[in-house]
Amino acid sequence: MKIMVKIGIPRTLAYYTFYPLWKTFLEELGLEVVLSPPTNKKILDLGVQETVNDACVPIKLYHGHVMALKNKVDFLFIPRLVSADGKSTFCPKFLGLPDMVKFSREDLPPIINTTFRVRRFRASLFGFLYKIGTKFSAKKTTIIRGYLKAGQIHKKYHYLLSKGFFPSEALEKLHTPLKDIEFPRPGKEKITLAVVGYPYSIFDPYISGNLLQNLRKIGIGIITPENIANNSLRKMSRRLPQNFFWYYSNRAAWSALHLIEKAKNIDGIIHVTAFGCGPDAMLNKLLELEAKNHNQLPFLTVSIDEHSGEAGILTRLEAFVDMLIHKKETKGEKLSEGIPGN
Amino acid sequence: MRVTYAHMGTSTIVFQSMLEEIGHEVIAPPRPTPKTLSLGVQYAPEFACIPFKLVLGTYLETLPKGVEIIVSAGGYGPCRAGFYGELHRRILREMGYNPQFIFFFPPLKKPVDFFKKIVKLKKGGSWGGFYRSIRRGFAKLKSVDDIEIKSHEIRARELKRGDTSRAFRKGIGYLEAARSTKEIEEAHREGLKELEKVPQNLDFEPLKVGIIGEIYVQLEPAANFFLEETLGHMGVIPRRTIFLTSFTRHDVVAHGEREAKERAQPYLPLVIGGHGQNSVGDVVHFAEKGFNGVVQLAPFTCIPEIVAKSIMPHLSKVNGIPVLTFFIDEQTGQAGVETRLEAFVDLMNQQRKCNSA
Ligand code: SF4
Ligand code: SF4
Repeated sequence: MKIMVKIGIPRTLAYYTFYPLWKTFLEELGLEVVLSPPTNKKILDLGVQETVNDACVPIKLYHGHVMALKNKVDFLFIPRLVSADGKSTFCPKFLGLPDMVKFSREDLPPIINTTFRVRRFRASLFGFLYKIGTKFSAKKTTIIRGYLKAGQIHKKYHYLLSKGFFPSEALEKLHTPLKDIEFPRPGKEKITLAVVGYPYSIFDPYISGNLLQNLRKIGIGIITPENIANNSLRKMSRRLPQNFFWYYSNRAAWSALHLIEKAKNIDGIIHVTAFGCGPDAMLNKLLELEAKNHNQLPFLTVSIDEHSGEAGILTRLEAFVDMLIHKKETKGEKLSEGIPGN
Repeated sequence: MRVTYAHMGTSTIVFQSMLEEIGHEVIAPPRPTPKTLSLGVQYAPEFACIPFKLVLGTYLETLPKGVEIIVSAGGYGPCRAGFYGELHRRILREMGYNPQFIFFFPPLKKPVDFFKKIVKLKKGGSWGGFYRSIRRGFAKLKSVDDIEIKSHEIRARELKRGDTSRAFRKGIGYLEAARSTKEIEEAHREGLKELEKVPQNLDFEPLKVGIIGEIYVQLEPAANFFLEETLGHMGVIPRRTIFLTSFTRHDVVAHGEREAKERAQPYLPLVIGGHGQNSVGDVVHFAEKGFNGVVQLAPFTCIPEIVAKSIMPHLSKVNGIPVLTFFIDEQTGQAGVETRLEAFVDLMNQQRKCNSA
């Protein structure tokens, strides 16, 4: 039996955006893809230990996932993500990620650090995948087949997200035919919240203290930036006099603006921000001011760090939700009071 | 119109005379103090970088005096600084201030760059006159930088502590008062002369330390705990990599951005915003030039410098040069900085002894 070459993908950061694409392509090349386990205490601790202490939690976490993979794989897949839309770049820490990891320890497997810089998505994607393919001396036909397959999966994944699924749900349904999928039907919930922030903070149950799951449990409808179609987001880019330089920050800002201005059915905004995050210092203030300027839309900042426990976050969520319910009820009363003849 | 601008190191004195010459009433920003910082901290987002807070604090000190226009560095740049202006404006608006913002972004290579960037500030008067004011302003900027560099070299050898700083302030005073091109040239000469008069111990061979990192905390002594002066008093010649007129310099450490980027290639092959990549390349450069150590300065949560810092241990080992990093925030204290610097100077002295033995 032929022993397969193993390549490791850390389960965080751009994983939430690109995992199906990368996995499909790498497997098509004949590699065995190894995903690091879901974040747990050990991974977090390892990450904290390996990273410069001034880094943000998500970057520390990434190092932890690398540690979880390092003895299990022949290669680490850490592409240098520069741009996904030809306009903004990823956060500078993404840009320097392969170097940060490479110089953090001496005992790491070789890193596949091919640069991903998109001008036009399809053409640039092919160039990117082609380079990776040749590194593993794949045949041209294999690369093209992998590219097509990976592109399709990527499209389906983001379609599912745009229909309201969270990444973990969309990943499960990737191979189910569309007609058999039961799509979530939003709007039934009494209260709907926009939960904005970076996918790697929002969707990681461990680091976010089960935020989404807990909100769902108390019957709250949730919309995240990943659930909004790209063209709706792009429209909002004209709304700000100045956009950010960073891909995920723009997405978070645009989705909040989109939901405030277009969707109108939002009862409040939760901004999930990571301790030590540079871009968020700006983004958070911007969102807070925007919410305030739109009829004092309730706004909650949830800051996550290596010590934030689930209990603490949950208490704040509950208080916020209670406040929203109370607000809705008093509004309702006023409405009925205003009806003549009552 | 009443104009103010952000304080950014000694060079800022030049802006006042220049803006006045072209017909503005200038409300000069005071050098940032702890009070400035606490004002900024109060109204800025918690994790904003220290330059953001200090600059906001400075605006809040000058705005009550009726400022109508703010000339701001930033408004461009692939980092948070690019967003400073916008967020400053929003925060100030929340507080009821509505000044007009005009942005320019250092470093300035030639008078014409500067000219292009502040042409919006032109009031009546002839274009020729306007251009000549700018040229004079630029000449002054260069003189300020020259005198500052000279003072760093002399302070490390001064016999009586404080002499150099006194001479330096005198020289800067001359420049501040100078108006015509001739006066500026004379002030420049006189300023250098004042420094040369300082009695020195010429037998002493000072250590040389490169200063790298983010632009604002490099340029603003009030933000870096007067690092260069402190090092000078410890008998060290500091040499920072950024001056407002960086690109016109042709001495030992004057090297282009391009060179710094080339030297960074093996470690960090990509521009990452701010001065992150330069910082990496500059360490290599200082090592090649025989410097004894490098101090990296950065605001706490500064994104590019965090990336650079995580490469520092490796970089320092491979190039055989010690690196000390300061991430500065509102909690950083003068005493702590000095203690760490002293230990660093000891280390460099020991290394030098070992190498010469
Ligand atoms: S965007 Fe923020 S949280 Fe994400 S990597 Fe950059 S600094 Fe860290
Ligand atoms: S380089 Fe650092 S200090 Fe400057 S804007 Fe960027 S994060 Fe802030």
